[in-house]
Amino acid sequence: MLINRFALLAALVVAVAGCGKSETASTAASDELVIRIGAAGPLTGPQAHIGKDNEYGTRMAIDDANAKGVMIGGKKARFELLSEDDQTDPKTATIVAQKLVDAKVNGVIGHLNSGTSIPASSIYFKNGIPQISPSATAVKFTAQGYNTAFRVMTNDAQQGKALGEFAVKVLGLKSIAVIDDRTAYGQGLADEFVKSAEANGAQIIAREYTTDKAVDFTAVLTSIKGKQPELLFFGGMDPQGVPMVKQLRSLGMKTQFMMGDGGYTPKLIDLAGAAVEGTYASLPGVPLDVMPSGRDFSQRYEARFKQPIQLYAPYCYDAVNVMIAAMQKAGSAEPAKYLPEIGKVELDGVTAKIMFDEKGDIKGGAVTMYQARQGKWQVVQTMGGAPAAAH
Amino acid sequence: MEIFFQQIINGFVQGSVYALVALGYTMVYGILGLINFAHGEVVMIGAMIALTALQALLAAAFAPVLAVLLSLMVAVAVCMALGYSIERIAYRPLRNAPRLAPLITAIGVSIVLQNLAMMIWGREYHSFNLPFASTSHHLGGAVMNDVQIVIVIVALVIMAGLMWLVHHTRTGRAMRAVAENPAAATLMGVDINRVISVTFMIGSALAAIAGFMVSANYGIVHYYMGFMLGLKAFTAAVLGGIGNLRGAMLGGVLLGLIESLGAGYIGDLSGGFLGSHYQDVFAFFVLIAVLVFRPSGLLGEKLAERA
Repeated sequence: MLINRFALLAALVVAVAGCGKSETASTAASDELVIRIGAAGPLTGPQAHIGKDNEYGTRMAIDDANAKGVMIGGKKARFELLSEDDQTDPKTATIVAQKLVDAKVNGVIGHLNSGTSIPASSIYFKNGIPQISPSATAVKFTAQGYNTAFRVMTNDAQQGKALGEFAVKVLGLKSIAVIDDRTAYGQGLADEFVKSAEANGAQIIAREYTTDKAVDFTAVLTSIKGKQPELLFFGGMDPQGVPMVKQLRSLGMKTQFMMGDGGYTPKLIDLAGAAVEGTYASLPGVPLDVMPSGRDFSQRYEARFKQPIQLYAPYCYDAVNVMIAAMQKAGSAEPAKYLPEIGKVELDGVTAKIMFDEKGDIKGGAVTMYQARQGKWQVVQTMGGAPAAAH
Repeated sequence: MEIFFQQIINGFVQGSVYALVALGYTMVYGILGLINFAHGEVVMIGAMIALTALQALLAAAFAPVLAVLLSLMVAVAVCMALGYSIERIAYRPLRNAPRLAPLITAIGVSIVLQNLAMMIWGREYHSFNLPFASTSHHLGGAVMNDVQIVIVIVALVIMAGLMWLVHHTRTGRAMRAVAENPAAATLMGVDINRVISVTFMIGSALAAIAGFMVSANYGIVHYYMGFMLGLKAFTAAVLGGIGNLRGAMLGGVLLGLIESLGAGYIGDLSGGFLGSHYQDVFAFFVLIAVLVFRPSGLLGEKLAERA
């Protein structure tokens, strides 16, 4: 029965994905250049709120470009968005990727997760479609030798290094327990964190695991409680972070709690309430408030979508603008023509000054540490990276 | 030792919830031979309705305790109506259809409910905080808070009540009669449609209560929360012997304990070779082992033969 259900669900899901939304291709005037930007992320499932946030960020960049009137190769460009749901599922991600390729998109902003971005990247590479992920952090994503894969986010090695240094050197915590959610992201970040923490002299006294669908962590936390660590690091996203920190506190544990960028969401604070006080989380780049255009972006986002930025919307916004800048430089929206220009783009984005290294990773890679205090994420300090803005 | 004691408590709390939800699966299966896969979504709808009602009642300045009880009642009422409608719309027209047909509609209903909830309550997580603090109690080194104590007690009371209902009331006798032989029950003057509707409504009421308790325990609700819980509860029902009420309770509590002990000790026992993420593997391994030796589950009996 169980197998039946999964098989049936999978079949239905494919069928539903098949009739997903695609914007109607309007008849373009001959002097107008229609450019289709694909977006892919989870629009259903536990991370749907973050996936939708990505879509909003991408949409805002596209609408801004259309309003501004971008000229590419002497023609007025009109951008269209094709948003697809990959359900955080690696298999669905490849289906969605093929679908975007078949729809002849000029470039793709996505996917949200490392676990989906990596399998999808080989499809984009084979078809020569540039892919800029706003939020995939696994080192592997840009290390596969695909010249089509870029990201506007620091990778796990950069972020894990900063997190480990912060925990051991700045906070002075020496005995550490680590949990990860076994996704490409969670595992990758936790591994890099462990490396960095150990290199700085800390001891990893427990290494536990969960999944990205779990809500009950009492068993794992109880087992960690017996080992009395000073810090618990969780490599995962906020749907697990919220119940985890609540259960941590309700078990009467005083252990400090830290997450990577997956925890830096307004939801973590809203939902976990008093339990979240003192929690640390990181976010690549410098604080939005510090960037000249960052504050303006967050205000416009809130006014338009009636919700605060969840997580990666600003990165999506930057990713689209990187793509547009490369197209303008190449004077063409054809993937083969503008792809070589992406690596040379230098853009003052809303998250950071964006430049790529030869692999497609972002150069510099500042990581900002935040702490939840009195119901808000407050900046603790920015680790590493080039000073992107004067402050 | 206190760690072990804490793991047992964790397992009991989790297991009580599994048991409550598993009862809904097992009751329907016992009577109709149908696996109502939409049951997990009913749990979720119950939680969502309770959240909305609780917020409205608190905004209308009701006393906290009264607001909690009333919102629970609203959730139960809505879920009973929902359970009735699901049966009426998706299952009754197919009662004599091939076995696969109602299974498909069950999955259909599940998807519809999930998407409906997504449209009404959105994609984001909502916090579900009780309007009073849940204090933690220390029992010999282990910790248990008020919500968890209430969960275990309520689950026990409900299970006792259900056993009484099935074995000592007219409705219960009718339910047992329909389960045993629908045709003969009809000849004896039992209104099958009514009995089936009542079964669905009771199961859905339990789902609403379970939904409320899960949400209060974890403090969050989400339109997707019913899926995994439903799957686990279904597993618990099969483990205990689907169709058997005592089996669902036993299966639920056992599954909770297995998961908790599995996650807590598997890493240390295997020297780090198997991590705590194998807790589900561990649980399903136990399920397979049980089914190999007792194909109808731990307490499965004649009713399970209908599969």
